[in-house]
Amino acid sequence: MQRIYLDHNATTPLHPAVADAMVAVLREEFGNPSSVHHFGQRAKAAVDEARSAVAALIGAEPSDVVFTSGGTESDNLAIRGAAEALERTGRRHLVASAIEHEAVLNTLKALARRGWSTTLLPVDGTGIVAPDALREALTDQTAVVSIMHANNEIGTVQPVAELARIAHERGALFHTDAVQSAGKIPVDVKALGVDLLSISAHKFYGPKGIGALWMRRGLRLLPVLTGGKQERNRRAGTENVPGIVGMGAAAALARGKMAEEAGRLTTLRDRLEEGILRAVPGTAVNGARTPRVPNTTNISFDRIEAESLLIALDLEGIAVSTGSACSSGTLEPSHVLKAMGFPPHRTQNSIRFSPGAANTEAEIDRVIAVLPAVVEKLRALTRTPVRA
Amino acid sequence: MSGGVDSSVAAALVAGQGHHAIGLSMQLYDQRDGQTFGSCCTLDDLHDARRVAHALGIPHYILNLERRFQETVISNFVREYAAGRTPLPCARCNSDLKFSTLLDRARGFGADHVATGHYARVERRPDGRWLLKRSVDPDKDQSYFLFALTQDQLAAASFPVGGLHKPAVRAEARRLGLQVADKPDSQEICFLPNGDYASFVARHEPAAPRPGPIVDERGRVLGGHAGVHRFTVGQRKGLGIAAGAPLYVLKLDAETGTVTVGPRAALERTTLTASGVNWIAVDAPAGWVSASAQIRHRHRAASGRLRALDGSRAEFIFDAPQPAVTPGQAVVFYDGDLVIGGGWID
Repeated sequence: MQRIYLDHNATTPLHPAVADAMVAVLREEFGNPSSVHHFGQRAKAAVDEARSAVAALIGAEPSDVVFTSGGTESDNLAIRGAAEALERTGRRHLVASAIEHEAVLNTLKALARRGWSTTLLPVDGTGIVAPDALREALTDQTAVVSIMHANNEIGTVQPVAELARIAHERGALFHTDAVQSAGKIPVDVKALGVDLLSISAHKFYGPKGIGALWMRRGLRLLPVLTGGKQERNRRAGTENVPGIVGMGAAAALARGKMAEEAGRLTTLRDRLEEGILRAVPGTAVNGARTPRVPNTTNISFDRIEAESLLIALDLEGIAVSTGSACSSGTLEPSHVLKAMGFPPHRTQNSIRFSPGAANTEAEIDRVIAVLPAVVEKLRALTRTPVRA
Repeated sequence: MSGGVDSSVAAALVAGQGHHAIGLSMQLYDQRDGQTFGSCCTLDDLHDARRVAHALGIPHYILNLERRFQETVISNFVREYAAGRTPLPCARCNSDLKFSTLLDRARGFGADHVATGHYARVERRPDGRWLLKRSVDPDKDQSYFLFALTQDQLAAASFPVGGLHKPAVRAEARRLGLQVADKPDSQEICFLPNGDYASFVARHEPAAPRPGPIVDERGRVLGGHAGVHRFTVGQRKGLGIAAGAPLYVLKLDAETGTVTVGPRAALERTTLTASGVNWIAVDAPAGWVSASAQIRHRHRAASGRLRALDGSRAEFIFDAPQPAVTPGQAVVFYDGDLVIGGGWID
C-alpha cells in the first residue's frame, strides 16, 4: 500500500543527511565531551558545532543554548527552573495560555500542588490569546508567563513579541514553547523578546530524545536534573552527543531551506484544506487561518467521531491525527478546541493534517479523492449521533 | 482483541484464512492513571494485544468505548443490583457493545464481520436462518452469554475458536509463537477483578446502600443488612445470622429493602418466566415445546417445557425443581447444542 504521512506535527522522519551525521558520530566519536584528552576534545568539537547551528536557527548565541532530552524537558526546565529560582523573591504566580501543550499545563499543575498560584489565559474563537487577558492576569507576584509560539493542534501563531513585552512591564519572565514553529517559520529570540524558548529536534527532521532550551544571558534557573557540571551547570548528565549532532545538522538544513519550504508547504496545505472543504460537506477549519505555521490544518467533520475517521484513513494508508499525539488513546475532547469555546461535539470530531517535506501534490490530491467516500460511509453507520 | 489467548488465536485464524483482518481492542474504563480496576483490557492486556497483532502482521487499534460501556453495561449492572436483581454484564456487553457499537465501528472501517474469541458456534441453516450453538468444548462454552444476538448480529459474528477445545487453542497459540499462549484465563466480570461488586455498586449508585431487615419465610425479623445490592438469590455466606441449619437468600425486595432467607429446600422452583426474550432458532413458539433451560453460567441445562408469552416473554416449566432461579440472570433455552433463544429471568 502506498502510504501518505500527514502527521509531521507528531514527528518527522529523520533527514538522511542527519542520519549520516549521527551514524558517523556513533561510530567515530565515542568520547565524553567533558574529558580533557583528545577523545573528549573531538566530541566537544562536535557538540560545539551543533550548538552553533541550533543557535543560528533561533537567532541566538551558542552559549545560551542548553541541550535537553526534548521539548518536554525544555518546558520543565524553563518553568520549574525559573519558578524555583524566583521563589525567594516572593513571586509565586505562574501564567500560561489554556491551549498550551501538556508539558506546560501539567508542569503548572504540579507546581500548583506545591503552593504556586496559576492562571490559565483564555483564547478567542480563533485560538489567539488576547493581550488584554494577559494584562489582567499579571500581578506583582507573577514569576513566569508561558505562552506557546505555534499551537500543535491548530498551528495558530500567537503574538508572542507583544505578550512578552506586557509580561516584562510587570517584571515577569516570559517563556515560549516554540517546538511547533522552530524550523518551520522564522524564530528569532531577539525579535520575539522572550527570556526562555523551547525547541525539539524531531519536529524538524532531527532525532527524537534531543531538544534545547534557549535562555537569556544572565538568567538564573535552578536545574531540574542535578549532577555534574555539564551544560554550564544548567543540565547535568553526560551529553547525548549523537543526538546533539543530529539536532545541529537538522537545524542547519531547516534554516537553509526554510523560506522555500514554507512556501511549498503553504501551497500544499491550502490545496488540501480547500480540497477537503469543497469535497466533503459539513467540514470547517478550526482556528485562525493566519497567522499559522505553513504545514498545519485542523478540520472538523460534522457527525463524525474523529477516532473512527483516523482509523478509517489509516486503513486507506493515510496517517493523520486527532489533536495531539500525546492525547491519543483517550477520547478526551481537545483542550485546545474546548478553550476556543467550541461545543463538545466539535471538540471530538476534528482531524489534524500536518504535511511535511516528502509530501507531493499527487498525495494531497489522493487524500482529497479518498476522503468523501470514507466520511460518507462513517456517517451512514453512525447509529447514535455524537452528542452535542 | 482483549490480549488474551482466545481472541489472539481467533485473530490468527482469521488472518491465516487469508481474510483482510483489522485488530480492534476496546478501552472500557479510564486508564490514564494506570489504574487497573478491571482485569480484562488493562494496560498490560492492551500491550499484549498490540504485540500479537504486530506478530500477525495486522493493523491494531484501540477504540475508546468508555462512554458506551458506561451507558449500557455499567449503568445496567448498577441499576439491577440496586433493584434487588443479579445482572449479567457480559451478555449485555455482547449484544449492546461488541456486536452493536463495535460492529458499527468495524463496518465503518470496511469490515463485514466481527470475530471474537468466544467459545460458541454460529451456523447458517439452508433456509437462511442464523443459528447459535454451544462450543465443542463444553467446559468453555459461552453461548449462554450470546443469547441476545439478533439474526443481523449473528450474520456478522464469527467465533473462530468455537470449534476448538481450549487446550487446542493454547497449542495453536504456542505453534504460532504468540506470547500469550500460557496467559491465565480472565475473570468472569472484567471490571470487577476482586469480585467486590457491593462497593462498586455503592460507589456508582450512592442511594443503593439502604439498610433493611433480614426475615424468614414467615416474616420474622432475624437481623439486618446494609442494602439489598449486597445479596444474590441463592447466596449463603455473609448473612451475618447464626442459625441452626444453613440459611440461603430466597428473595430480594428493593421496594421495602427486605431480604428473605430460608432453608435450601425453599430455594427450589419448577417454573420461571423471562422478559426481553430473543428467539434464535425458531420464531416464538405459541404452544409448549420440549427444551432444556440454563439459568446460570455454571448451570447444567435442565429439561422441561417451553412456550412463548405475549410481549417478548417466555415461560419454562422444569421437569425437576431447580435451586436459585435468580432474577436478572439470563435463562437460555437449548435443544441439545442448539440455542433456541433466551431472555432475562423475571
